[in-house]
Amino acid sequence: MFPALLAQVEPPSSDHTSLFIFLAFVVATLVITYFSARKSSGASAYFAAGRSITGWQNGLAVAGDYMSAASFLGIAGMIALNGFDGFMYSVGFLVAYLTVLFIVAEPLRNSGKYTMADVLAYRLKPRPVRALASLSTLTVSLFYMIAQMVGAGALVKVLIPGISYELAVIAVGILMVVYVVFGGMLATTWVQIIKAILLMSGSFLLSVLVMAKFNFSLAEFFNSLAAIKSTGADGVEVTQNFLTPGLLFKNPWDQISLGMALVFGTAGLPHILIRFYTVPDAKTARSSVVWAMVIIGLFYIMTTFFGFGAASLMGPDFIKAHGGTNMAAPELARLVGGEVFFGFISAVAFATILAVVAGLTISASTSFAHDFYSNVIHHGKEHRAGEEVRVARITAFVVGAASIAIAIGLGDRVNVAFLVGLAFAVAASANLPAIILSIFWKRFNTAGAVAGLIAGLVSSIALIIVSPDFMGDNALFPLKNPALASIPIGFLAAVIATLCSREPGAEAKFAELEVRANTGLGAEKATEH
Amino acid sequence: MSAPDPSDQDLTPESASPTDTAPKDGDPVDWEAIAADADFKKLLTDKARFVIPATLFFIIYYFAFLVLVGWFPRLMEIEVFGRVNIAYLFALSQFFMAWILAFLYVAAAAGWDRQAAAVLAKFNQK
Repeated sequence: MFPALLAQVEPPSSDHTSLFIFLAFVVATLVITYFSARKSSGASAYFAAGRSITGWQNGLAVAGDYMSAASFLGIAGMIALNGFDGFMYSVGFLVAYLTVLFIVAEPLRNSGKYTMADVLAYRLKPRPVRALASLSTLTVSLFYMIAQMVGAGALVKVLIPGISYELAVIAVGILMVVYVVFGGMLATTWVQIIKAILLMSGSFLLSVLVMAKFNFSLAEFFNSLAAIKSTGADGVEVTQNFLTPGLLFKNPWDQISLGMALVFGTAGLPHILIRFYTVPDAKTARSSVVWAMVIIGLFYIMTTFFGFGAASLMGPDFIKAHGGTNMAAPELARLVGGEVFFGFISAVAFATILAVVAGLTISASTSFAHDFYSNVIHHGKEHRAGEEVRVARITAFVVGAASIAIAIGLGDRVNVAFLVGLAFAVAASANLPAIILSIFWKRFNTAGAVAGLIAGLVSSIALIIVSPDFMGDNALFPLKNPALASIPIGFLAAVIATLCSREPGAEAKFAELEVRANTGLGAEKATEH
Repeated sequence: MSAPDPSDQDLTPESASPTDTAPKDGDPVDWEAIAADADFKKLLTDKARFVIPATLFFIIYYFAFLVLVGWFPRLMEIEVFGRVNIAYLFALSQFFMAWILAFLYVAAAAGWDRQAAAVLAKFNQK
């Protein structure tokens, strides 16, 4: 603890640096949206950026989509309050990309068109499978969106003095709808790229400034973490070594369950999966995962410095008193870099939220338009030119309005990394069994996919509702994250339902899917624009 | 689209949605023949030979970390460099494990790309 440093921290001033930085980001991204809107015509351009994004660009965009408010604000706060256990989120978030790289990215790019459901609809009866995949996409996106909006709320209170939470959430909602409705996937991709670069440089600067407080000595830095003082719930001051495990997770099964959600959930996140359709081929999809892993990995290693740094320089008591768990990173920036740097980091965090919300909106609206509207309601035939794109734009409006309403109804003291952990659990339990079994198991059929999607979706959400965080001491399910139970339930339901029925049509098409997935024959090509 | 019925240009069987497939270019494709081809089978085996052990390895390595941290905290609290303990070093090693496996995968995949191209060339597909 550094009481002398804390004394320097001043209350929020009327300095408008953060506002200017934030507005600069907004103007730059709107200009991009304007130019993308002129370029994007047709469904492939709107939904998949004309499949023209290069490997490193898509890597940055995947990283941008992934490093959400949960990563930056959530993990920083988690580590700042709970030490090592918070860092375990960072580890899981990166290792998860091996599942994406090894199992999902290339087959998906080779056999699909716009959405996660495309790969399922290949062999299976498209209507039931798409309807459910669309429902699960909307559910996961909503969970994720709630987390982002909670982060936005916490930030806005300090970022722009005088503006109300409601007004700020409405402004974020309108901006994200503008990106998605007018710019489509191309604009959204560039918003992600700019945001990823901003976030990486902001985190790097923050890490350097933190280490400067320790004279750039790792030994001094880690020494300071061994004795962090905080006040417990009973008002008694305790000294803890923040490098030891167990400060947050008292039950080891909680860690296993969260780990499963993270490692298996990423490969089922719709807004990450649709990124692989924006590149020209499977090889580029592969290289973009590796680019993303390098960027994301570096970022999560840096959470060591700004997460633990916040614990050491400010202490848990100070953080709880100044904006709470989600504001640890911006408050740390104020401490080590003053008001201007606080403004910069807050603006970066805000840009991060804006970009991720735009990515979620486009994945939800693409899924609704392509899977539900075109393929379930209209049997895969477009009545008028551009109808699918038009429906997607309308959906973006609706999704935007709904998320604004939900966000306004929510508080800002829930840790956003925790909320996102729940979104991962739903994705892992509902989407992943269907995707994996459809790619690798010849016998898999529509009944199995339907059962797996429903069982995964229902069990993960039901277990969240009866978990300790929602029911307190009377919880029917002992774990904070449902993945430990709901992933096996999703897989089991898919396998059992498959074995109970036969679908010769689905089995017959396995050869075709296998050839397509492994060779890229007949895959969607890049469009010329 | 006012183009002709998209199903005319599709390679996929009709039960899949017509909007979801690429237009046909080149010869009609005999999927069964390619799937049964020995070189294609070898491509699948070669892929499996890397992907299955690599997947098992990272899952075991990651969950071993969670199990050790969860059930053997005293062991993980042993300090190695100054106050830096095994738990933190194990966590950090996960990053390098993930990066190394990813680069090994990309190196191996370059070979699979060549094999796939050779299979397609054999069947006059590009």
